[in-house]
Amino acid sequence: MTIRLLLLLGLIGMLAACSSDQVKEEQQVAVEDLSSSSPNSGTGNEAGGAQTYGTEDSSSSSFSELDDPASQLSIRIIYFEYDSSDVKSEYRPAVEAHAQYLSRNPTQTLTLEGHADERGSREYNLALGERRAQSVKQQMMLLGAAASQIRVVSYGEERSAVDGHDDYSWQQNRRVEIFY
Amino acid sequence: MNIKNYVISLFATMCFLVTLPLKAEEPLKIVIEGGIENALPIAIVPFAWSQSANILPVDITSIISENLSRSGRFDVMSEQDLPQRPTELNAINYGDWRKLGMENIVIGTISLTGTGDYDISFRLVDIYRQKQIAGFRVPAKPDKLRRVAHQISDIIFEKLTGIAGAFDTRVAYITVRGDSKKGKTHSLKIADADGYNAQILLESPEPLMSPTWSPDGRRIAYVSFEGKNSAIYIQDVLSGKRAKVADFNGINSAPAFSPDGKRLAMTLSKDGNAEIYVMNLVDQTLRRITNHHAIDTEPSWAPDGQLLVFTSDRSGSPQIYQVSANGGEPKRITFQGKYNSRADYSPDGGYITLVHGDGESGTYRIGILDTDNGYINLLTTSRLDESPSFAPNGGMIIYATSGINGGQLAAVSTDGRIHQRLGLQAGDVREPAWGPYVK
Repeated sequence: MTIRLLLLLGLIGMLAACSSDQVKEEQQVAVEDLSSSSPNSGTGNEAGGAQTYGTEDSSSSSFSELDDPASQLSIRIIYFEYDSSDVKSEYRPAVEAHAQYLSRNPTQTLTLEGHADERGSREYNLALGERRAQSVKQQMMLLGAAASQIRVVSYGEERSAVDGHDDYSWQQNRRVEIFY
Repeated sequence: MNIKNYVISLFATMCFLVTLPLKAEEPLKIVIEGGIENALPIAIVPFAWSQSANILPVDITSIISENLSRSGRFDVMSEQDLPQRPTELNAINYGDWRKLGMENIVIGTISLTGTGDYDISFRLVDIYRQKQIAGFRVPAKPDKLRRVAHQISDIIFEKLTGIAGAFDTRVAYITVRGDSKKGKTHSLKIADADGYNAQILLESPEPLMSPTWSPDGRRIAYVSFEGKNSAIYIQDVLSGKRAKVADFNGINSAPAFSPDGKRLAMTLSKDGNAEIYVMNLVDQTLRRITNHHAIDTEPSWAPDGQLLVFTSDRSGSPQIYQVSANGGEPKRITFQGKYNSRADYSPDGGYITLVHGDGESGTYRIGILDTDNGYINLLTTSRLDESPSFAPNGGMIIYATSGINGGQLAAVSTDGRIHQRLGLQAGDVREPAWGPYVK
């Protein structure tokens, strides 16, 4: 009787152990989801071009410059040519504005997220996304930002802005996004 | 058996029951788009089953028939056309089969043993020579019946074509559900080579990439973005336990196990930009293989473990280079076309499959490079093909292509004559990796 009871209890415990392990893992991933999707919450208007307004958590008044839609700082997406990581001259004022903003606010940091279109191989595109973000970072550093203020991450073609398979979608997906 | 062991084995069984059935997935559907001419005629006679009152949990003969016809190399007689249904050698009426031009038939029996296991025996018979080519008896647990059907298919395939079969193998791949606006679910899955028994190894709201098998088929390395950056993990297929092996600053990507399973080639940009490294998996030490300001990525091992090939755009556009697995001066090996990437060595080292981009038409297709003469033959005709991976018998290449619902898996024979498309019910399927033979 006792042995049976022990067995049963043991089993229940172990079952709970294996299901709770699973739950734990799922929760962990879910947590990842919440934290990593928050910087993206402002990206819904990418399809409309380079105009991305505002960020979350801008309650502090010192962030007002970043919120000014008329400022070059409101440009948060830089687009690239096919298989290229050259920052086009049209983005020079925006890159300069962000660099100077970082230079004026030495404790401020930003993340440059590099992306590629879907064509070609995924691992190459991951490196290409990084090279695009690095090339924006290099420009910002030449213009006064410190390396420690800029985090670079590449998603390659894994996180497309537009889910299409045409020139328009590809052009929208070859990009570096700036997140404060 | 003492109580502790009993509890542990029950625990193992019940955990298995709790996790796996929940994770079972819709099978991949496979459509053959073209077979070769002169496919070999064969008849698979339904095996005799001793307990005809009960239905067999797995239809072994149908699985064998489907495997062989899917290969494109066999013309399998449909069941209603069979002139007779012998189950023993001496019951075969050779004249009846010869009249129909049948060259080989497969017969067999299935019975239940006292312990609840199955006993399967089969014979492959040459009709013209009236001779048995192969005959085997295989005991099987109920949950191994499908695998036995694949193993029987492999034996038939090898006896009649001279090429090892690859039916008893598995494929790993990534699926994505959802869209950019609402969020996506990325899953790492494995399935039998015929698309059945799909199981989820990992699910994440963040991207998963680059699954690749260890040579013993027990582990899969992949890239996950769950930590807000790429990181390389190695996961044990059976237990689901995993370890993070590379999580450096910058990208951590393109893992590839060495043929002896002791090293992992990978791409890291921790030292500035994307370079190839080889990690010793015993002590996790790294050896840097490339050193160039261009992108170097997508390493693949030659079967002898001495050489690596990789993608580099040091010439101005992505091309394939070869380098010693200990480092040294890389040598460019692709010269056809503006874009060659994602190389994968054939198991015998004679060929390399790759993604070939044609600058003029803007297409990305699967090519096969002959390592003797450097010539690339294109195997596919669609627009956006990627991630080619050799079957362990070297006869087929599985790859990802774009379909109506997003990515789909497809396979092509290395001579380009047999094309198969593997379709899922819904969602985007990508990055197939054909697993090794598992003993």
